[in-house]
Amino acid sequence: MKRYSVFAIAREAMNYHLGWEKAWGNPEPKKDYDVIIVGAGGHGLATAYYLGKNHGIKNVAIIEKGWLGGGNTGRNTTIIRSNYLQDPSAAIYDKALKLYEGLSQDLNYNVMFSPRGLLMLAQTHHEVRGYLRTVHANMLQGVTTEYISPARVKELVPIINIDGPRYPVLGALYQPRGGTGRHDAVAWGYARACAAMGMDIIQQTEVTAVRSEAGVVKGVETSKGFIGCKKLGVVVAGHSGQLAEMGGFRLPIEAVALQALVSEPIKPCMDVVVMANTVHGYMSQSDKGEMVIGGGTDGFNNFTQRGSFHHVEETLRALIETFPMISRLKMLRQWGGIVDMTGDRSPIISKTPLGNCFFNCGWGTGGFKAIPGSGWAMAELMAKGEPGPLAEEFSMWRFKEGKFIDESVAAGVAH
Amino acid sequence: MLILECPYCGVKADETELSPGYEAHLKRYGPGSSPEEFEAYMFARKNPKGVHFERWRHAYGCGKWFLAARCTATLEVFGTYPAQSGEPPAELQAKIKAKRPNWEGYK
Repeated sequence: MKRYSVFAIAREAMNYHLGWEKAWGNPEPKKDYDVIIVGAGGHGLATAYYLGKNHGIKNVAIIEKGWLGGGNTGRNTTIIRSNYLQDPSAAIYDKALKLYEGLSQDLNYNVMFSPRGLLMLAQTHHEVRGYLRTVHANMLQGVTTEYISPARVKELVPIINIDGPRYPVLGALYQPRGGTGRHDAVAWGYARACAAMGMDIIQQTEVTAVRSEAGVVKGVETSKGFIGCKKLGVVVAGHSGQLAEMGGFRLPIEAVALQALVSEPIKPCMDVVVMANTVHGYMSQSDKGEMVIGGGTDGFNNFTQRGSFHHVEETLRALIETFPMISRLKMLRQWGGIVDMTGDRSPIISKTPLGNCFFNCGWGTGGFKAIPGSGWAMAELMAKGEPGPLAEEFSMWRFKEGKFIDESVAAGVAH
Repeated sequence: MLILECPYCGVKADETELSPGYEAHLKRYGPGSSPEEFEAYMFARKNPKGVHFERWRHAYGCGKWFLAARCTATLEVFGTYPAQSGEPPAELQAKIKAKRPNWEGYK
């Protein structure tokens, strides 16, 4: 792999830019691999990358039904933060945030991580108490957050209306290290680094069955034939339930649609990320100038990658009260992604009833921010066969034991 | 936009008039059941990509719970029926089978 650098740009500029090599290849699958990862989204590619980088396992295939990074990795609102309430979540999300901070250098690929600061507005007295509790929890966890006054919110976000009649801003939970990243670049950067280690990224290939012998996985049947493996990692978000069924067990997961939308591009007007959980809306401004807006999930099982129109209406109606200046903006695009929701709204990084088969799923509405930490923890689990400190609380058996990591109360809908 | 017909009042209601209630026909387990049974009852949902039987409430109408058969891959609604049904009505199952020949059937 040729390194990307300012010298590479100069060299290629002399050469009519004809010397750039492909970032990853389009290989035919081999007969078998040490490890197969199903799902070439951010989490799957990060898992493969850290398997190679941290554990020296490089005979790896990443199998993808559609195209690389075309699922939820390319559909989220790119928000990165780690101000969670529960200790296991704070640990893995803060690990992810720390990895994001050095990711562009680590991958030699600009993921455009922008720690512009992130505000979670408190718009009811209940939320004020909730966020004060989160700040105290974060202090104990070593995650830097602070609770700020409405005046400070107005200073950070001049376009906000802090004394609206219905949704007044009473304060905010502020994480200065939070921000956004370029979601596609995260997948592309990991994919390029995986390909450079000799891993095969096999796109447009659907896994149709999981083959096992005596309770241990042997490989997967795909639309390009059988591919054998010693260990199988399934990282497929919305379709985790379908893959689990192929493995012969059931997951505590339901798939629902979560949607987002962007406005027409406008001049820079907001240089932080603002989340308003009371009204189920969150907004940031992309580098192109579009206001990127996330909404709530639909309340019914759905695999169609599109959301309900009335949710868009609800989200915008509430955001317009908080940000009056966006009322004249035209919305350009709206889309949905299929998120895998667990009972306690926390992920599953776990061994499964099938031997040598591992699942990383259940990230629900908050997966993008976790990609590096999730890949790190999943790679450790797959390499050693036992979860490390980051993953051990996220076992799929916690639902039987009642050891929930209860973030549905802590974080509401907006992740 | 989803439109479901309430089997009690006959109103064709869109989803803003309804509250979703997820999977229907759950067998309930309580005190005296094993941890596995209780876990499965609480959390392990079928979550199919295809025909799904689910609960809805006509929240801004008659207020009653009813059940619906819907395809989660296309959002096609096959029909609705009263919540007092132990399993989906035979004619509804026949209708789904006619539209989805590969459907494995109820349960």
